Amino acid sequence: MTTQPRLVEVRKNVLKQNDIVARALRERFREAGVLAVSFVSSPGSGKTAFLERALTLLHPRYRVAALVGDLATENDAARLARSQAPVRQILTGTVCHLEAAMVQNALEGWDLNRLDFLFIENVGNLVCPSSYDLGEDLRFVLLSVTEGEDKPLKYPTIFNSADVAIITKSDLAAAVEFDEAAALRNIQAVRPGMEVFKLSAKTGEGMAECLKFLEVWRTHSRTAAAKVGL
Amino acid sequence: MHELSIALSIVEMAQEEAERRGQAQVLAVHLRLGMLSGVVKEALLSSYEMACEATPLEGSQLVIEEIPVEVFCPKCQVPRRIHSIQWFCCSKCFTPTANIVRGKELEVVALEIKS
Repeated sequence: MTTQPRLVEVRKNVLKQNDIVARALRERFREAGVLAVSFVSSPGSGKTAFLERALTLLHPRYRVAALVGDLATENDAARLARSQAPVRQILTGTVCHLEAAMVQNALEGWDLNRLDFLFIENVGNLVCPSSYDLGEDLRFVLLSVTEGEDKPLKYPTIFNSADVAIITKSDLAAAVEFDEAAALRNIQAVRPGMEVFKLSAKTGEGMAECLKFLEVWRTHSRTAAAKVGL
Repeated sequence: MHELSIALSIVEMAQEEAERRGQAQVLAVHLRLGMLSGVVKEALLSSYEMACEATPLEGSQLVIEEIPVEVFCPKCQVPRRIHSIQWFCCSKCFTPTANIVRGKELEVVALEIKS
């Protein structure tokens, strides 16, 4: 028997599966007292260089670890491992972004209770990663001075999905006539109130301020969590 | 280009739903797509067609309702649409705000089925 077509209500989030895993990860990070921070940017903006420097500077004082997402090659993990911090590469194959389940799998065997910071470097891509929650506490978006000041306007969704922006390669700013005021204006247009750091992982200029922010954020958020008995 | 994996999830969801309703035939899937979801409508539509191939959903339609971005204006104390995705502020008083109340949706809202 064939009936007339009818419309039935469903109401289901398409990324529900990812969101469930991300929520579980966020809870695990909080319970373990580790601050999870992810990094997104276009390819070549300096995510790995920033992390290399950050891991080296934090490693003596904190227990830090990193996950690095790439389509292919383990080069980035090898670079980061020079800091002596534990590092794992996530090879995504043809997938252009990290998903929460990939992070979950990559963490297998790691005791999160023994970590203070976990850095997650996403695949270099300013489009797809914006749709996927990885369970991170903070998402950083990187913009290098060589890319042009209008990147935030071209990719508003990813800038909007991030909590903090870092302007990288500041040592090259003068050479490429980087208009910092315009960049800041564009960042604030797509994400009002966003915290912005400007630094050079090469010279180290501005690194201290950015790392201080992470330290303060970790102390504040994890102490607050401890107070309510989490 | 993550639209294909999203299209595959949509097809899977619709198929499960159709099975629960006694192997109903799916004629169309209605989707709500926020302008801030990070998913491109055109790419999703062509990916959907590919994802449906050789499944019971082959030939079905993906009907997309695009959801504009709305922010909650701290000054006017009401939700307001933004003028442009490149300028997050109240469309009336221009107070900047990142408090998004709508526009991130990526959800299957209904199925058009025939049993």
